[in-house]
Amino acid sequence: MAVKEFEKPELKDYSPIPKLVVEATSHLAPFKSKEEFQKSLGYPGELVENWQDIALNKMGDLLKKYRSLRVYMDSCIQCGACTDKCHYYLGTKDPNNMPVGRQNLMRGVYRKHFTLPGKYFPKLVGAIDLTREVLDDWYSYYHQCSQCRRCAVFCPIGIDTAEVSMAAREIMDSVGVGQKYCNEIIGKVHKIGNNLGLPEPALADTLEGLEEDVVDDIGVDVKFPLDVKDSDVLLVTPSADFFAEPHVDGLIGYAKVFHQAGISWTLSSHASEAANFGMFIGSYDNMRKLALRIREAALELNVKRIVFGECGHAWRVAYSFLNTLAGPFDFLDPRYPVPQHICEVTHDLMNKNVLQFDKTANDDKIITFHDSCNVARASNMGDIIGGQFSLPRDIIKATTNNFYDMEEETIKEKTFCCGGGGGLLTDDLIELRMKGAQPRMEALKRVIEEHGVTHMAAICAICKSQFSKAFQYYGFELDQIISLHNLVGDALIMNKKEL
Amino acid sequence: MSFVTIFYGISFYVATLILFIGVAYRIYEYSTIPAPLKIPTPPAPKTKPLVAIRIFREVVFFESLFSATKWTWLFGWLFHFALLLAAFRHLRYFTDPVWTWVSWEIVQAAGHYAGYVMVFGLFGLLARRIFVDRVRYISNPSDYLMLILIISIAISGLMMKWFHTDIYAVKQFFIGLMYFSWTELPNDFILLLHLSLVLLLMIIFPYSKLLHAPGLFFSPTRNQTDTARDQRHISDWAKSLESKK
Ligand code: SF4
Ligand code: SF4
Repeated sequence: MAVKEFEKPELKDYSPIPKLVVEATSHLAPFKSKEEFQKSLGYPGELVENWQDIALNKMGDLLKKYRSLRVYMDSCIQCGACTDKCHYYLGTKDPNNMPVGRQNLMRGVYRKHFTLPGKYFPKLVGAIDLTREVLDDWYSYYHQCSQCRRCAVFCPIGIDTAEVSMAAREIMDSVGVGQKYCNEIIGKVHKIGNNLGLPEPALADTLEGLEEDVVDDIGVDVKFPLDVKDSDVLLVTPSADFFAEPHVDGLIGYAKVFHQAGISWTLSSHASEAANFGMFIGSYDNMRKLALRIREAALELNVKRIVFGECGHAWRVAYSFLNTLAGPFDFLDPRYPVPQHICEVTHDLMNKNVLQFDKTANDDKIITFHDSCNVARASNMGDIIGGQFSLPRDIIKATTNNFYDMEEETIKEKTFCCGGGGGLLTDDLIELRMKGAQPRMEALKRVIEEHGVTHMAAICAICKSQFSKAFQYYGFELDQIISLHNLVGDALIMNKKEL
Repeated sequence: MSFVTIFYGISFYVATLILFIGVAYRIYEYSTIPAPLKIPTPPAPKTKPLVAIRIFREVVFFESLFSATKWTWLFGWLFHFALLLAAFRHLRYFTDPVWTWVSWEIVQAAGHYAGYVMVFGLFGLLARRIFVDRVRYISNPSDYLMLILIISIAISGLMMKWFHTDIYAVKQFFIGLMYFSWTELPNDFILLLHLSLVLLLMIIFPYSKLLHAPGLFFSPTRNQTDTARDQRHISDWAKSLESKK
């Protein structure tokens, strides 16, 4: 199926709240997962016959397992405070992309089947039956949510639409309606160890190639070790870092940091993926299985620390969930938090003067920083409040001379999602992705006009891929999106360490 | 004993039971459902006392709402704050002898003027529902009716200032209900309207979006500490997955 043409949003100097357009993107839905991929995750291959009963049962089950879901179904006052906070609403104008609009697709069913007023006065409270049309709406609009949690920051009750989207996706999977992109990828990680299905020999080959590149480039023999037992650090990084641009420059940056600091490290072919798409489909079980691979790798390689590379939702799962899902990690060095973010490692070494930088190496660039939603709103760094905002900025300021933030309303905990998170980074959703990128692109355009910004640094594999596309689409240059550790790698003074 | 007295007497017993048992049951439900993962939103505090301060600020100042939309915040906050003041004023009907601070002139006067502020705030919220296209889109009939109900309670309450009601008898009635020695309720239309609407509100509370009041305290994005790396946060049902290894 070819993706239909769609109208290109214009980037404005001031971003007004758009008037809503009913069903503006009801035609958008990702490809459905094929039978074999559904089955390998333990879901039915196609829509089962008594799907309504099963879906409602599953919903009842989740309402008892997740307090968030139950409290959020009950507590929304329909106040509208969240209605203009979602980048997908701002970009598509579809009212079902207002966070509360999205929630109401499920809340209507909840009221009908789980509350008294909904049962007896459905019209009064907007209760609806779970019909085929409603299921289709769910499939469409719960895949137009990147689970970025921007809405949750503004809601007076703290209602997190991501929790609702995750539950909806899990309910749909349980009746055989899964999303191709996510479920295929999860299958690959279960089988091979990474999202790309890159087997060990190919990975070893790629890393060798990188070593050669770096030697050619700077004349220092920086290693990219794979499966080296008894290393200090197990680095778990998104597989896009192995070959995609601009991700790979980030990986080179991490390697240079470890090299310069004299920290022995290794990648693992068993856990060659930081991303955990189990979260996107709301499946605790899948998320846990993927997380356990990391535990197994750490045990097998007998490392002392686990460090994660630049990836937004991976860091959410790592920081917020890994200990719960796959802990306790009492076999690791207790002096370090488990796991650590590469920015925490770099920041720490920087503060201890183990790393020295020549900022002028980045003088050809004027930098702004994109706070990735999952890092900004679902994790922390450095164990200080707001560390997830200050650590990356400290690193940028230590490695460059020119840094400007975008507008306050579009950064830190109010950051806009890139438009491709939450398992939506697939070509069948390109219209949604480009429209959802609009708020970020507008903020970027303004900081470019005001301060002559040339590059945007990011610490998320999905953001980087999404922006590579969106930049071209909106008339920026492809290479204006860079990895934060690219800046680090370029400015790092090698082989002059004074420990 | 008049029919009106018996009817309202029984109704208040029933409504009070529904309200308290209903809300207590919801709170029981919320507190027994696990939150299996750490999902606090920033700025997430690390300790429980700091969480308490965070919730306090949400409850008292509506901080998140303030950062989201100033108009809704203004109308919503005025309404809730005025409701609190009006409730203080009403305590004189349920305490005998009246608690000293409730009898203070300032509390009584504030409670009276708060009635007007409430109506103002509620009309503001209603206007947003009607005139802002996004809020209109999400509004169900119950959302309008809820506002109209509370507006009617406030206005009928204020009207008793203008049309004489035997307030002392009303107080005797409620004190009588509380100590199970009933007295007659005055048969005034405005009073009975006011009380009927309050009864309705009490009954629907545990079945409606008014549950946002207890809900806020149980919202994991706001009430969790940010200690995911320090401690495991495993729920009972998730633990059973581990034994299946
Ligand atoms: S801000 Fe929260 S309470 Fe208000 S409409 Fe949105 S989800 Fe509901
Ligand atoms: S989580 Fe993000 S994408 Fe989903 S509704 Fe909220 S703001 Fe929109």
